[in-house]
Amino acid sequence: MRPGFFLKEAFRALKRNAAPSLAAMLTVLLTALVLGVFIPVVQATTGTANKVRSRVVVNVYLADNINQQQLTALRQRLTTTPNVKSVDYVSKQQALNDLQSQRPDTKGAIQLLGRNPLPATYRVVPKDPGQVQGIVNSLVRVDPTSGKRTFTMAGVADVRNRESDTKKILSATSLVKTLTASMAALLILASIALIANTIRLSIFARRREVEVMKLVGATNWFIRWPFVIEGVVVGFMGGVLAVLLLWVIKDTLIDPLSAKFALIAAPNTIQFPALIAVLLASCVAVSAAGSGLTLRRFLRV
Amino acid sequence: MPVPARPLPRAQRPQGRNVPVVEFDDVTKVYDGGSVGLERVSMRIGRGDFVFLVGPTGCGKSTCMRLLMKELEPSQGRISIAGRDLGEIPRKRVPYLRRNIGVVFQDYKLLPNRTVYANVAYALEVIGEPRQSIRRKVPDILRLVGLSTKLHNYPDELSGGEQQRVSIARAFVNHPPLLLCDEPTGNLDPETSIGIMQLIYRINRTGTTVLVATHDREMVDKMRRRVIELAEGRIIRDQISGLYRPDESTKEFAIRLRGELGIGDEGHPN
Repeated sequence: MRPGFFLKEAFRALKRNAAPSLAAMLTVLLTALVLGVFIPVVQATTGTANKVRSRVVVNVYLADNINQQQLTALRQRLTTTPNVKSVDYVSKQQALNDLQSQRPDTKGAIQLLGRNPLPATYRVVPKDPGQVQGIVNSLVRVDPTSGKRTFTMAGVADVRNRESDTKKILSATSLVKTLTASMAALLILASIALIANTIRLSIFARRREVEVMKLVGATNWFIRWPFVIEGVVVGFMGGVLAVLLLWVIKDTLIDPLSAKFALIAAPNTIQFPALIAVLLASCVAVSAAGSGLTLRRFLRV
Repeated sequence: MPVPARPLPRAQRPQGRNVPVVEFDDVTKVYDGGSVGLERVSMRIGRGDFVFLVGPTGCGKSTCMRLLMKELEPSQGRISIAGRDLGEIPRKRVPYLRRNIGVVFQDYKLLPNRTVYANVAYALEVIGEPRQSIRRKVPDILRLVGLSTKLHNYPDELSGGEQQRVSIARAFVNHPPLLLCDEPTGNLDPETSIGIMQLIYRINRTGTTVLVATHDREMVDKMRRRVIELAEGRIIRDQISGLYRPDESTKEFAIRLRGELGIGDEGHPN
Protein backbone atom coordinates (compact mmCIF):
# COMPACT_ATOMS: atom_id res chain seq x y z
CA MET A 1 0.00 0.00 0.00
CA ARG A 2 2.81 2.38 0.88
CA PRO A 3 4.41 2.89 -2.59
CA GLY A 4 0.99 3.41 -4.11
CA PHE A 5 0.14 5.93 -1.41
CA PHE A 6 3.40 7.85 -1.99
CA LEU A 7 2.82 7.91 -5.74
CA LYS A 8 -0.71 9.17 -5.25
CA GLU A 9 0.51 11.83 -2.84
CA ALA A 10 3.21 12.97 -5.27
CA PHE A 11 0.82 13.34 -8.19
CA ARG A 12 -1.77 15.05 -6.01
CA ALA A 13 0.89 17.56 -4.92
CA LEU A 14 1.94 18.12 -8.53
CA LYS A 15 -1.64 18.84 -9.49
CA ARG A 16 -2.32 21.15 -6.57
CA ASN A 17 0.99 23.05 -6.90
CA ALA A 18 1.01 23.28 -10.67
CA ALA A 19 2.76 26.67 -10.90
CA PRO A 20 5.96 25.91 -8.93
CA SER A 21 6.14 22.44 -10.46
CA LEU A 22 5.88 23.95 -13.92
CA ALA A 23 8.63 26.43 -13.06
CA ALA A 24 10.89 23.62 -11.89
CA MET A 25 10.11 21.62 -15.01
CA LEU A 26 10.90 24.56 -17.29
CA THR A 27 14.21 25.08 -15.51
CA VAL A 28 15.10 21.45 -16.04
CA LEU A 29 14.00 21.70 -19.66
CA LEU A 30 16.08 24.77 -20.43
CA THR A 31 19.25 23.64 -18.70
CA ALA A 32 19.00 20.20 -20.28
CA LEU A 33 18.54 21.85 -23.65
CA VAL A 34 21.60 24.05 -23.21
CA LEU A 35 23.65 21.11 -21.98
CA GLY A 36 22.39 18.93 -24.79
CA VAL A 37 23.63 21.47 -27.32
CA PHE A 38 26.85 22.19 -25.50
CA ILE A 39 28.06 18.64 -24.82
CA PRO A 40 28.39 17.74 -28.55
CA VAL A 41 29.96 21.14 -29.24
CA VAL A 42 32.61 20.52 -26.60
CA GLN A 43 33.22 17.06 -27.94
CA ALA A 44 33.47 18.21 -31.52
CA THR A 45 35.94 20.91 -30.51
CA THR A 46 38.15 18.59 -28.50
CA GLY A 47 37.85 15.97 -31.23
CA THR A 48 39.10 18.44 -33.81
CA ALA A 49 41.83 19.62 -31.48
CA ASN A 50 42.95 16.03 -31.02
CA LYS A 51 42.93 15.52 -34.77
CA VAL A 52 45.19 18.52 -35.22
CA ARG A 53 47.44 17.21 -32.48
CA SER A 54 47.78 13.88 -34.26
CA ARG A 55 49.75 15.71 -36.97
CA VAL A 56 52.64 16.03 -34.58
CA VAL A 57 55.19 13.42 -35.73
CA VAL A 58 58.89 12.70 -35.42
CA ASN A 59 60.67 12.14 -38.71
CA VAL A 60 63.70 9.86 -38.48
CA TYR A 61 65.63 10.39 -41.74
CA LEU A 62 67.66 7.39 -42.79
CA ALA A 63 71.11 7.40 -44.33
CA ASP A 64 71.17 6.32 -47.97
CA ASN A 65 73.69 3.59 -47.20
CA ILE A 66 71.64 1.95 -44.41
CA ASN A 67 71.60 -1.86 -44.61
CA GLN A 68 68.69 -4.23 -43.95
CA GLN A 69 70.01 -5.24 -40.53
CA GLN A 70 70.25 -1.64 -39.29
CA LEU A 71 66.81 -0.95 -40.73
CA THR A 72 65.13 -3.73 -38.72
CA ALA A 73 67.16 -2.91 -35.59
CA LEU A 74 66.05 0.71 -35.80
CA ARG A 75 62.41 -0.23 -36.34
CA GLN A 76 62.63 -2.61 -33.39
CA ARG A 77 64.10 0.13 -31.23
CA LEU A 78 61.49 2.72 -32.28
CA THR A 79 58.46 0.50 -31.68
CA THR A 80 59.67 -0.33 -28.15
CA THR A 81 60.38 3.28 -27.24
CA PRO A 82 57.79 4.54 -24.72
CA ASN A 83 55.06 6.92 -25.96
CA VAL A 84 55.32 5.62 -29.56
CA LYS A 85 51.97 4.84 -31.15
CA SER A 86 53.05 3.72 -34.61
CA VAL A 87 56.03 3.70 -36.94
CA ASP A 88 55.57 4.08 -40.70
CA TYR A 89 58.28 3.51 -43.30
CA VAL A 90 58.39 5.98 -46.17
CA SER A 91 60.79 4.91 -48.91
CA LYS A 92 62.86 7.29 -51.01
CA GLN A 93 60.61 6.78 -54.05
CA GLN A 94 57.44 7.32 -51.99
CA ALA A 95 58.82 10.52 -50.54
CA LEU A 96 59.60 11.75 -54.03
CA ASN A 97 56.10 10.90 -55.26
CA ASP A 98 54.53 12.69 -52.31
CA LEU A 99 56.61 15.78 -52.94
CA GLN A 100 55.86 15.83 -56.65
CA SER A 101 52.13 15.40 -56.16
CA GLN A 102 52.08 18.15 -53.54
CA ARG A 103 54.32 20.57 -55.41
CA PRO A 104 54.40 19.84 -59.14
CA ASP A 105 56.84 22.74 -59.74
CA THR A 106 59.66 20.76 -58.13
CA LYS A 107 59.64 18.27 -61.01
CA GLY A 108 62.04 20.29 -63.12
CA ALA A 109 64.50 20.76 -60.26
CA ILE A 110 64.57 17.03 -59.52
CA GLN A 111 65.15 16.25 -63.20
CA LEU A 112 67.96 18.77 -63.29
CA LEU A 113 69.54 17.10 -60.29
CA GLY A 114 69.41 13.72 -61.99
CA ARG A 115 68.85 11.73 -58.78
CA ASN A 116 66.41 11.50 -55.86
CA PRO A 117 67.69 13.80 -53.06
CA LEU A 118 65.07 12.78 -50.52
CA PRO A 119 65.98 10.32 -47.76
CA ALA A 120 63.87 7.34 -46.68
CA THR A 121 62.03 8.09 -43.45
CA TYR A 122 60.59 6.38 -40.39
CA ARG A 123 57.56 8.49 -39.49
CA VAL A 124 56.98 8.04 -35.73
CA VAL A 125 53.51 8.98 -34.37
CA PRO A 126 53.53 9.65 -30.60
CA LYS A 127 50.78 8.53 -28.24
CA ASP A 128 50.85 11.81 -26.35
CA PRO A 129 51.89 14.67 -28.61
CA GLY A 130 52.75 16.78 -25.58
CA GLN A 131 55.63 14.42 -24.69
CA VAL A 132 57.06 14.15 -28.20
CA GLN A 133 60.43 15.55 -27.13
CA GLY A 134 61.08 12.37 -25.15
CA ILE A 135 61.16 10.31 -28.35
CA VAL A 136 63.58 12.74 -29.94
CA ASN A 137 65.81 12.66 -26.86
CA SER A 138 66.03 8.87 -26.95
CA LEU A 139 67.50 9.05 -30.46
CA VAL A 140 69.62 12.18 -30.35
CA ARG A 141 72.45 12.92 -28.01
CA VAL A 142 73.50 16.59 -27.89
CA ASP A 143 77.01 17.33 -26.73
CA PRO A 144 76.57 20.06 -24.06
CA THR A 145 79.78 21.97 -24.92
CA SER A 146 79.90 21.96 -28.72
CA GLY A 147 76.16 21.55 -29.34
CA LYS A 148 76.96 18.79 -31.85
CA ARG A 149 74.22 16.23 -32.46
CA THR A 150 75.10 12.53 -32.49
CA PHE A 151 72.65 9.65 -32.95
CA THR A 152 72.29 6.61 -30.73
CA MET A 153 71.44 4.27 -33.59
CA ALA A 154 73.48 3.48 -36.70
CA GLY A 155 72.03 4.47 -40.07
CA VAL A 156 70.21 7.56 -38.84
CA ALA A 157 70.95 10.66 -40.87
CA ASP A 158 68.83 13.12 -38.93
CA VAL A 159 65.89 13.40 -36.48
CA ARG A 160 63.41 16.25 -36.88
CA ASN A 161 60.02 16.97 -35.35
CA ARG A 162 59.40 20.39 -36.86
CA GLU A 163 59.85 22.02 -33.42
CA SER A 164 58.18 25.36 -34.11
CA ASP A 165 55.11 23.79 -35.77
CA THR A 166 54.76 21.33 -32.92
CA LYS A 167 54.91 24.07 -30.35
CA LYS A 168 52.22 26.12 -32.07
CA ILE A 169 49.92 23.16 -32.50
CA LEU A 170 50.34 22.06 -28.92
CA SER A 171 49.75 25.44 -27.30
CA ALA A 172 46.76 26.32 -29.48
CA THR A 173 44.99 23.00 -29.03
CA SER A 174 45.60 22.83 -25.29
CA LEU A 175 44.16 26.33 -24.91
CA VAL A 176 41.04 25.33 -26.82
CA LYS A 177 40.70 22.14 -24.80
CA THR A 178 41.03 23.78 -21.38
CA LEU A 179 38.66 26.58 -22.38
CA THR A 180 35.89 24.27 -23.52
CA ALA A 181 36.39 21.94 -20.56
CA SER A 182 36.11 24.76 -18.02
CA MET A 183 33.08 26.19 -19.80
CA ALA A 184 31.43 22.78 -19.69
CA ALA A 185 32.20 22.43 -15.99
CA LEU A 186 30.79 25.89 -15.26
CA LEU A 187 27.67 25.18 -17.25
CA ILE A 188 27.05 21.88 -15.48
CA LEU A 189 27.53 23.52 -12.07
CA ALA A 190 25.18 26.36 -13.01
CA SER A 191 22.57 23.86 -14.20
CA ILE A 192 22.69 21.89 -10.97
CA ALA A 193 22.46 25.05 -8.86
CA LEU A 194 19.57 26.38 -10.93
CA ILE A 195 17.53 23.18 -10.78
CA ALA A 196 18.20 22.66 -7.08
CA ASN A 197 17.23 26.27 -6.35
CA THR A 198 13.94 26.16 -8.22
CA ILE A 199 13.00 22.94 -6.46
CA ARG A 200 14.03 24.47 -3.15
CA LEU A 201 11.66 27.39 -3.81
CA SER A 202 8.75 25.13 -4.64
CA ILE A 203 9.30 23.19 -1.43
CA PHE A 204 9.80 26.35 0.60
CA ALA A 205 6.31 27.39 -0.42
CA ARG A 206 5.04 24.26 1.28
CA ARG A 207 7.10 24.28 4.46
CA ARG A 208 4.04 24.83 6.64
CA GLU A 209 2.54 21.70 5.21
CA VAL A 210 5.67 19.78 6.20
CA GLU A 211 5.43 21.26 9.69
CA VAL A 212 1.85 20.04 10.09
CA MET A 213 2.79 16.57 8.86
CA LYS A 214 5.47 16.40 11.52
CA LEU A 215 3.01 17.45 14.21
CA VAL A 216 0.67 14.63 13.26
CA GLY A 217 3.52 12.17 13.79
CA ALA A 218 4.75 11.49 10.26
CA THR A 219 8.27 10.08 10.09
CA ASN A 220 10.82 11.95 7.99
CA TRP A 221 10.81 9.42 5.18
CA PHE A 222 7.03 9.31 5.13
CA ILE A 223 7.11 13.03 4.34
CA ARG A 224 10.11 12.82 2.07
CA TRP A 225 9.11 10.08 -0.36
CA PRO A 226 6.32 11.99 -2.11
CA PHE A 227 8.65 14.97 -2.54
CA VAL A 228 11.39 12.80 -4.01
CA ILE A 229 8.93 11.12 -6.39
CA GLU A 230 7.71 14.57 -7.35
CA GLY A 231 11.30 15.57 -8.13
CA VAL A 232 11.76 12.48 -10.27
CA VAL A 233 8.57 13.20 -12.20
CA VAL A 234 9.49 16.86 -12.73
CA GLY A 235 13.02 15.97 -13.82
CA PHE A 236 11.83 13.24 -16.12
CA MET A 237 9.21 15.39 -17.83
CA GLY A 238 11.63 18.30 -18.26
CA GLY A 239 14.26 15.92 -19.59
CA VAL A 240 11.90 14.24 -22.06
CA LEU A 241 10.74 17.59 -23.42
CA ALA A 242 14.35 18.76 -23.76
CA VAL A 243 15.30 15.58 -25.60
CA LEU A 244 12.34 15.96 -27.96
CA LEU A 245 13.38 19.53 -28.74
CA LEU A 246 16.99 18.45 -29.24
CA TRP A 247 15.86 15.74 -31.61
CA VAL A 248 13.89 18.25 -33.64
CA ILE A 249 16.89 20.60 -33.77
CA LYS A 250 19.22 17.76 -34.75
CA ASP A 251 16.89 16.54 -37.44
CA THR A 252 16.11 19.90 -39.03
CA LEU A 253 19.33 21.86 -38.52
CA ILE A 254 22.38 19.77 -37.72
CA ASP A 255 21.94 16.77 -39.98
CA PRO A 256 21.61 18.75 -43.24
CA LEU A 257 24.52 20.98 -42.23
CA SER A 258 26.83 18.13 -41.22
CA ALA A 259 27.00 17.09 -44.85
CA LYS A 260 28.71 20.39 -45.57
CA PHE A 261 30.80 21.07 -42.51
CA ALA A 262 33.43 18.65 -41.28
CA LEU A 263 33.42 20.08 -37.76
CA ILE A 264 29.78 19.19 -37.16
CA ALA A 265 30.32 15.65 -38.41
CA ALA A 266 33.36 15.28 -36.18
CA PRO A 267 34.04 11.63 -35.54
CA ASN A 268 34.31 11.73 -31.75
CA THR A 269 30.92 13.29 -30.98
CA ILE A 270 28.72 11.41 -28.51
CA GLN A 271 26.02 9.25 -30.08
CA PHE A 272 22.51 10.68 -29.85
CA PRO A 273 20.98 7.80 -27.82
CA ALA A 274 23.83 8.00 -25.33
CA LEU A 275 23.33 11.76 -25.06
CA ILE A 276 19.63 11.22 -24.37
CA ALA A 277 20.38 8.68 -21.67
CA VAL A 278 22.96 10.90 -19.95
CA LEU A 279 20.66 13.94 -20.03
CA LEU A 280 17.58 12.11 -18.73
CA ALA A 281 19.46 10.34 -15.98
CA SER A 282 21.13 13.51 -14.76
CA CYS A 283 17.87 15.51 -14.87
CA VAL A 284 16.07 12.91 -12.78
CA ALA A 285 18.95 12.47 -10.35
CA VAL A 286 19.52 16.18 -9.80
CA SER A 287 15.86 17.04 -9.21
CA ALA A 288 15.22 14.04 -6.96
CA ALA A 289 18.31 14.77 -4.89
CA GLY A 290 17.38 18.46 -4.83
CA SER A 291 13.95 17.66 -3.41
CA GLY A 292 15.23 15.20 -0.85
CA LEU A 293 18.07 17.36 0.40
CA THR A 294 16.10 20.61 0.58
CA LEU A 295 13.50 18.93 2.77
CA ARG A 296 16.12 18.20 5.39
CA ARG A 297 15.99 21.80 6.57
CA PHE A 298 12.25 21.77 7.11
CA LEU A 299 12.19 18.35 8.71
CA ARG A 300 14.17 19.57 11.71
CA VAL A 301 11.17 20.39 13.90
CA MET B 1 20.80 13.67 25.56
CA PRO B 2 22.48 10.26 25.44
CA VAL B 3 20.43 7.26 26.43
CA PRO B 4 21.89 5.76 29.61
CA ALA B 5 22.91 2.13 29.31
CA ARG B 6 21.37 1.22 32.64
CA PRO B 7 17.76 2.35 32.97
CA LEU B 8 17.23 4.79 35.78
CA PRO B 9 14.89 3.52 38.49
CA ARG B 10 12.30 6.14 37.62
CA ALA B 11 12.43 5.39 33.93
CA GLN B 12 10.94 1.98 34.49
CA ARG B 13 7.41 2.23 33.34
CA PRO B 14 5.29 2.08 36.47
CA GLN B 15 2.03 0.22 36.25
CA GLY B 16 -1.39 1.07 37.60
CA ARG B 17 -3.82 3.91 37.43
CA ASN B 18 -1.96 6.27 39.70
CA VAL B 19 0.77 6.97 37.15
CA PRO B 20 0.36 10.57 36.06
CA VAL B 21 -0.11 10.99 32.31
CA VAL B 22 1.90 14.18 32.35
CA GLU B 23 4.57 14.94 34.89
CA PHE B 24 6.78 18.02 35.00
CA ASP B 25 9.59 17.67 37.49
CA ASP B 26 11.38 20.94 38.25
CA VAL B 27 11.43 21.94 34.57
CA THR B 28 13.25 25.06 33.44
CA LYS B 29 13.38 26.20 29.86
CA VAL B 30 15.70 29.02 28.85
CA TYR B 31 15.60 29.95 25.17
CA ASP B 32 18.77 30.48 23.17
CA GLY B 33 18.31 34.24 23.33
CA GLY B 34 18.37 34.05 27.13
CA SER B 35 14.67 34.66 27.72
CA VAL B 36 13.12 32.36 30.27
CA GLY B 37 10.16 30.27 29.06
CA LEU B 38 9.57 28.20 32.16
CA GLU B 39 11.19 28.36 35.57
CA ARG B 40 11.22 25.39 37.97
CA VAL B 41 7.78 24.15 37.02
CA SER B 42 6.53 20.94 38.64
CA MET B 43 3.09 19.51 38.03
CA ARG B 44 1.33 16.18 37.68
CA ILE B 45 -1.73 15.57 35.60
CA GLY B 46 -3.54 12.29 36.22
CA ARG B 47 -5.29 10.03 33.76
CA GLY B 48 -8.62 11.41 32.55
CA ASP B 49 -8.01 14.87 33.98
CA PHE B 50 -9.25 18.03 32.33
CA VAL B 51 -6.81 20.83 33.06
CA PHE B 52 -6.78 24.50 32.05
CA LEU B 53 -3.45 26.19 31.72
CA VAL B 54 -4.09 29.91 32.07
CA GLY B 55 -2.10 33.09 32.23
CA PRO B 56 -1.22 36.12 30.12
CA THR B 57 0.60 35.90 26.81
CA GLY B 58 4.23 34.94 27.26
CA CYS B 59 3.68 33.21 30.60
CA GLY B 60 4.90 29.85 29.32
CA LYS B 61 1.69 28.07 28.24
CA SER B 62 2.88 27.40 24.73
CA THR B 63 6.33 26.46 26.02
CA CYS B 64 4.68 23.71 28.08
CA MET B 65 2.85 22.44 25.02
CA ARG B 66 5.92 22.45 22.83
CA LEU B 67 7.96 20.69 25.51
CA LEU B 68 5.33 17.96 25.68
CA MET B 69 5.49 17.55 21.89
CA LYS B 70 9.27 17.33 22.21
CA GLU B 71 9.50 20.24 19.81
CA LEU B 72 11.75 21.81 22.45
CA GLU B 73 14.06 20.26 25.01
CA PRO B 74 13.95 21.44 28.62
CA SER B 75 17.10 23.18 29.82
CA GLN B 76 16.71 21.46 33.18
CA GLY B 77 14.42 18.97 34.83
CA ARG B 78 12.45 16.02 33.51
CA ILE B 79 9.18 15.68 31.68
CA SER B 80 7.45 12.33 31.53
CA ILE B 81 4.39 11.22 29.64
CA ALA B 82 2.75 8.10 31.07
CA GLY B 83 5.90 7.43 33.08
CA ARG B 84 8.19 7.66 30.04
CA ASP B 85 10.96 10.24 30.29
CA LEU B 86 10.90 12.42 27.16
CA GLY B 87 14.63 13.03 27.47
CA GLU B 88 15.23 9.34 26.80
CA ILE B 89 13.28 9.26 23.56
CA PRO B 90 15.75 9.46 20.67
CA ARG B 91 15.05 11.90 17.83
CA LYS B 92 14.03 9.14 15.49
CA ARG B 93 11.28 7.98 17.83
CA VAL B 94 9.71 11.43 18.24
CA PRO B 95 7.10 10.84 15.49
CA TYR B 96 5.90 7.78 17.40
CA LEU B 97 5.55 9.88 20.55
CA ARG B 98 3.49 12.43 18.65
CA ARG B 99 1.11 9.77 17.39
CA ASN B 100 0.04 9.28 21.00
CA ILE B 101 -0.63 12.97 21.53
CA GLY B 102 -3.46 14.79 19.81
CA VAL B 103 -2.85 18.49 19.22
CA VAL B 104 -5.24 21.32 18.49
CA PHE B 105 -3.96 24.81 17.71
CA GLN B 106 -5.42 28.27 17.61
CA ASP B 107 -4.65 28.50 13.87
CA TYR B 108 -5.99 24.95 13.18
CA LYS B 109 -2.90 23.92 11.19
CA LEU B 110 -4.87 22.05 8.54
CA LEU B 111 -3.27 21.02 5.24
CA PRO B 112 -4.67 23.66 2.90
CA ASN B 113 -4.78 21.63 -0.29
CA ARG B 114 -6.55 18.59 1.12
CA THR B 115 -10.23 18.07 1.71
CA VAL B 116 -11.64 17.71 5.21
CA TYR B 117 -11.73 13.95 4.70
CA ALA B 118 -8.11 13.82 3.47
CA ASN B 119 -6.90 15.99 6.35
CA VAL B 120 -8.29 13.60 8.92
CA ALA B 121 -7.28 10.54 6.90
CA TYR B 122 -3.68 11.78 6.78
CA ALA B 123 -3.29 11.27 10.52
CA LEU B 124 -4.26 7.63 10.01
CA GLU B 125 -2.17 7.14 6.87
CA VAL B 126 0.85 8.31 8.83
CA ILE B 127 0.52 5.43 11.29
CA GLY B 128 0.03 2.91 8.48
CA GLU B 129 -3.64 2.24 9.10
CA PRO B 130 -5.17 -0.03 6.43
CA ARG B 131 -7.28 1.78 3.87
CA GLN B 132 -10.45 0.00 4.80
CA SER B 133 -10.32 1.05 8.42
CA ILE B 134 -9.53 4.62 7.32
CA ARG B 135 -12.68 4.59 5.21
CA ARG B 136 -14.64 3.50 8.24
CA LYS B 137 -13.06 5.66 10.94
CA VAL B 138 -12.88 9.04 9.20
CA PRO B 139 -16.61 9.48 8.49
CA ASP B 140 -17.30 8.25 12.01
CA ILE B 141 -15.14 10.87 13.69
CA LEU B 142 -16.42 13.59 11.35
CA ARG B 143 -19.96 12.69 12.31
CA LEU B 144 -18.90 12.96 15.97
CA VAL B 145 -17.65 16.53 15.45
CA GLY B 146 -20.73 17.39 13.36
CA LEU B 147 -19.13 17.79 9.94
CA SER B 148 -20.56 14.78 8.12
CA THR B 149 -21.87 17.00 5.32
CA LYS B 150 -18.57 18.79 4.61
CA LEU B 151 -16.39 15.76 3.89
CA HIS B 152 -15.21 16.96 0.50
CA ASN B 153 -14.81 20.66 1.19
CA TYR B 154 -11.39 22.28 1.42
CA PRO B 155 -10.41 24.04 4.68
CA ASP B 156 -10.72 27.53 3.16
CA GLU B 157 -14.37 26.81 2.39
CA LEU B 158 -15.16 26.29 6.07
CA SER B 159 -15.83 28.72 8.93
CA GLY B 160 -13.29 29.06 11.73
CA GLY B 161 -15.34 26.91 14.07
CA GLU B 162 -15.70 24.20 11.44
CA GLN B 163 -11.97 24.24 10.74
CA GLN B 164 -11.31 23.83 14.44
CA ARG B 165 -13.68 20.87 14.47
CA VAL B 166 -11.71 19.29 11.65
CA SER B 167 -8.50 19.80 13.56
CA ILE B 168 -10.06 18.22 16.67
CA ALA B 169 -11.27 15.30 14.56
CA ARG B 170 -7.75 14.86 13.22
CA ALA B 171 -6.26 15.02 16.70
CA PHE B 172 -8.67 12.47 18.10
CA VAL B 173 -9.17 10.07 15.20
CA ASN B 174 -6.68 7.51 16.49
CA HIS B 175 -7.82 7.99 20.09
CA PRO B 176 -4.61 9.27 21.68
CA PRO B 177 -4.48 9.07 25.49
CA LEU B 178 -3.49 12.75 25.70
CA LEU B 179 -4.99 15.76 23.94
CA LEU B 180 -3.19 19.12 23.95
CA CYS B 181 -5.16 22.23 22.95
CA ASP B 182 -3.24 25.47 22.53
CA GLU B 183 -5.75 28.33 22.60
CA PRO B 184 -8.40 26.25 20.81
CA THR B 185 -10.96 29.06 20.98
CA GLY B 186 -8.56 31.97 20.50
CA ASN B 187 -9.90 32.90 17.07
CA LEU B 188 -13.55 32.07 17.63
CA ASP B 189 -16.64 33.92 18.82
CA PRO B 190 -18.13 32.95 22.21
CA GLU B 191 -20.98 30.92 20.76
CA THR B 192 -18.68 28.83 18.56
CA SER B 193 -16.21 28.55 21.42
CA ILE B 194 -18.82 26.87 23.57
CA GLY B 195 -19.40 24.29 20.87
CA ILE B 196 -15.69 23.61 20.61
CA MET B 197 -15.23 23.31 24.37
CA GLN B 198 -18.22 21.00 24.50
CA LEU B 199 -16.54 18.81 21.94
CA ILE B 200 -13.26 18.78 23.88
CA TYR B 201 -15.15 17.97 27.03
CA ARG B 202 -16.87 15.08 25.29
CA ILE B 203 -13.48 13.74 24.29
CA ASN B 204 -12.36 14.08 27.89
CA ARG B 205 -15.36 12.04 28.99
CA THR B 206 -14.10 9.10 26.93
CA GLY B 207 -11.13 8.93 29.30
CA THR B 208 -8.67 11.07 27.36
CA THR B 209 -6.50 13.38 29.41
CA VAL B 210 -6.97 16.93 28.16
CA LEU B 211 -4.72 19.92 28.68
CA VAL B 212 -6.11 23.23 27.42
CA ALA B 213 -4.00 26.38 27.33
CA THR B 214 -6.27 29.39 27.11
CA HIS B 215 -6.92 32.94 28.17
CA ASP B 216 -10.64 32.69 27.56
CA ARG B 217 -11.65 33.48 31.13
CA GLU B 218 -15.38 33.09 30.59
CA MET B 219 -14.87 29.54 29.43
CA VAL B 220 -12.65 28.65 32.37
CA ASP B 221 -15.11 30.17 34.83
CA LYS B 222 -18.03 28.26 33.34
CA MET B 223 -16.30 24.89 33.14
CA ARG B 224 -15.00 24.84 36.71
CA ARG B 225 -12.22 22.34 36.11
CA ARG B 226 -8.71 22.16 37.45
CA VAL B 227 -6.80 25.39 36.69
CA ILE B 228 -3.05 25.84 36.65
CA GLU B 229 -2.05 29.47 36.40
CA LEU B 230 1.31 30.52 35.09
CA ALA B 231 2.97 33.90 35.30
CA GLU B 232 6.38 34.67 33.90
CA GLY B 233 7.20 31.01 33.61
CA ARG B 234 6.21 30.00 37.16
CA ILE B 235 3.16 28.20 38.47
CA ILE B 236 1.39 30.63 40.77
CA ARG B 237 -1.83 28.68 41.31
CA ASP B 238 -3.05 25.11 40.98
CA GLN B 239 -6.68 24.76 41.91
CA ILE B 240 -8.87 21.67 41.67
CA SER B 241 -11.93 23.47 40.33
CA GLY B 242 -10.96 27.03 39.78
CA LEU B 243 -11.86 30.22 38.02
CA TYR B 244 -9.71 32.06 35.56
CA ARG B 245 -8.95 34.34 38.50
CA PRO B 246 -10.11 33.72 42.04
CA ASP B 247 -13.20 35.71 42.94
CA GLU B 248 -12.63 39.38 43.43
CA SER B 249 -14.99 42.22 44.17
CA THR B 250 -15.37 45.03 41.69
CA LYS B 251 -13.28 47.22 43.93
CA GLU B 252 -10.44 44.71 44.04
CA PHE B 253 -10.75 44.39 40.28
CA ALA B 254 -10.41 48.13 39.83
CA ILE B 255 -7.38 48.26 42.11
CA ARG B 256 -5.71 45.42 40.24
CA LEU B 257 -6.49 46.97 36.88
CA ARG B 258 -5.09 50.33 37.96
CA GLY B 259 -2.03 48.63 39.26
CA GLU B 260 -1.54 46.75 36.04
CA LEU B 261 -2.07 49.84 33.93
CA GLY B 262 0.19 51.92 36.17
CA ILE B 263 -2.48 54.48 37.08
CA GLY B 264 -2.62 55.93 40.59
CA ASP B 265 -5.55 55.34 43.01
CA GLU B 266 -7.34 58.56 42.17
CA GLY B 267 -6.25 58.39 38.59
CA HIS B 268 -9.67 58.03 37.06
CA PRO B 269 -12.79 60.00 38.08
CA ASN B 270 -15.31 57.29 37.13
